[in-house]
Amino acid sequence: MRFYLQKLVFYVVALWAAVTLNFLIPRLMPGNPVDILIAKMGATGQPVTPQTRASLAIALGQGGSTNWFVQYGDYIVNLFHGNLGVSVTDFPASVTTVIAQALPWTIGLIGLSTLISFILGIGLGVLAGWRRGSWLDNLIPVTTMFQAVPYFWLALILVLLLTRLSHIFPFAGGYDVYGGLVPGLTPDFLGSVLYYGFLPALTIVLSSIGGWMLGMRNMMVSTLSEDYILTAEAKGLRPYRVRLTYAARNAVLPSFSGFAISLGFVVAGSIVTEEVFSYPGIGQLLWTAVSNDDYALMQGIFLVISVSVLLANLVVDLLYALIDPRTRARS
Amino acid sequence: MTTFNPLDEQGAPPVVVAAPRSSFTQLLPSASPKLVVGLSIAVLIILWAIIGPFVVGDPNAISTQEFLPPGSHGHLLGTTETGQDVWSQIAYGTRGSLIIGFVVGALATVLSGIFGILGAYIGGVLDEGFALFTNVVLVIPGLPLVIVIGNYIPVSQRGIFLIAVVLALTGWAGSARVLRAVTLSIRNRDYVAASRVSGERTWRILVIEILPNLIPVMASQFVFAIIFAILGEAGLSFLGLGASNTFTLGTILFQAYNDLALTQGAWWWFVPAGLVIALFGCALSLINFSIDEIINPKLRNSTRAVRRKWGLSAAQIRELEGENIK
Repeated sequence: MRFYLQKLVFYVVALWAAVTLNFLIPRLMPGNPVDILIAKMGATGQPVTPQTRASLAIALGQGGSTNWFVQYGDYIVNLFHGNLGVSVTDFPASVTTVIAQALPWTIGLIGLSTLISFILGIGLGVLAGWRRGSWLDNLIPVTTMFQAVPYFWLALILVLLLTRLSHIFPFAGGYDVYGGLVPGLTPDFLGSVLYYGFLPALTIVLSSIGGWMLGMRNMMVSTLSEDYILTAEAKGLRPYRVRLTYAARNAVLPSFSGFAISLGFVVAGSIVTEEVFSYPGIGQLLWTAVSNDDYALMQGIFLVISVSVLLANLVVDLLYALIDPRTRARS
Repeated sequence: MTTFNPLDEQGAPPVVVAAPRSSFTQLLPSASPKLVVGLSIAVLIILWAIIGPFVVGDPNAISTQEFLPPGSHGHLLGTTETGQDVWSQIAYGTRGSLIIGFVVGALATVLSGIFGILGAYIGGVLDEGFALFTNVVLVIPGLPLVIVIGNYIPVSQRGIFLIAVVLALTGWAGSARVLRAVTLSIRNRDYVAASRVSGERTWRILVIEILPNLIPVMASQFVFAIIFAILGEAGLSFLGLGASNTFTLGTILFQAYNDLALTQGAWWWFVPAGLVIALFGCALSLINFSIDEIINPKLRNSTRAVRRKWGLSAAQIRELEGENIK
């Protein structure tokens, strides 16, 4: 029980850090969003009065008190009410609504492709480590090359080959908008989502699978030279049992504890990938926010991404305790 | 990936060595095919980044020959939408990307050293605090944070070193955690305890006794940080938030994508830039593999080619494989 409590406390601290960072960044940075917006308005010839400045400051959450502590309090209270401000891009929609529309797409895309790539990578890693020096093992340097490729570049190549040159897949969007499909739980719509999501998912899986595979393969190789594997083999257990229950279960642990590092990579890569495929998710939304100087939306997105990543890590940590009884016993 | 096992010894001591090697050369990786290939590609690209910009023409020079395919009119890799020479842009872009990569690598290594090694060695409350801080930084997603920060910095101030500092601040935590685990296992070894009892000063134990054992790990983390930085910068530039007035491989991709290279089928504009990143990343990974194999000798390959060198016959090799000798 103490283990779970420790984990929970850690994630509460991490969440607080993310929330506070989100509050501090705009205030610590040299560029003031109000100044940037005013400069843009001035450049396009719009009249800028002191009132404009004051109203912009209020809209961007800088109005009212100049005291940071009071501002921080207001910010936290607003967060609890789910109030993240108003989006400039989608005016007058609130940031929360705009994000709520995009979030399911991203969670579906990144969640599914990360799961597929994790399971496939771990499975292939087990095989490669088991038969060291086989053709599968020699394939590993190739997959790590995919890992060193920028996600969005791989996406560009796939778009060029599979949508421009050979028209196998659609090149943009989350589903067939022009076919008159209405989002809902109909087979037509879901089929269209899978069809449109295939290329983005393929990009993410191809780029991230190498890391899982290599990590698992290396741990498998280390584990296989342990004495208890020899004992298991000497007892005459079937090879697949030795491979899975004895070797793989122990070898997979570092992959779980290293999940946080890898997930950061996947999320970062996927954000930019969405932009290439015009996928209606968070990454595309972040790009829109950045290019339109929609600061409230941008910070809301950062917060949502942070919370999602924290949740994913929490789930993996809890799973880790399930797989490795030692973590529960030690605490 | 944090694939290595901190409990492993640092490679078996050489038993039969004709001339005793100095402690420094012992740390150097032995020449394996992976290392040779990785080093040659990496050195080639680094040399090109240094020399290239002096050899090629102005990457910003505009001509009327837009979207020329490679090889035509003296443009080795074709031209862009405004008729700029892609080959020159790649030379400058490689230099920019590598500068960012190495600056971030150095900064991140220093930061991870402070938070990973120092904390673990001193122990107590400081270690607890550092470990908590490291883990918090680790779970907060890096690139979205960099994007937010990047967007708040005015374009005029967004120089190449500022971008590097921001990338380093978000990219050190992973290696700090690895370094902490290794330091913890080393500081509890008998020889460290012995040197402490014999009255060696703290900094001496840290620098002379512990640090040499960490060098392979730090080298591998340094290499990893370079890949992280180059990829991160490319992503940042692709969103239009890269360093201003500097060519990097990411800015080339950004321009290519935004100026409709894709719809025009101008593959020569964006394929080479990504290929340089991929090749360099691959070369660094290969170097990392050989470093990993020094830290953890179990990972050394026993492929058929290696087994053949043992002087076994084909039948014996098949027998070995049948028995699954690890």
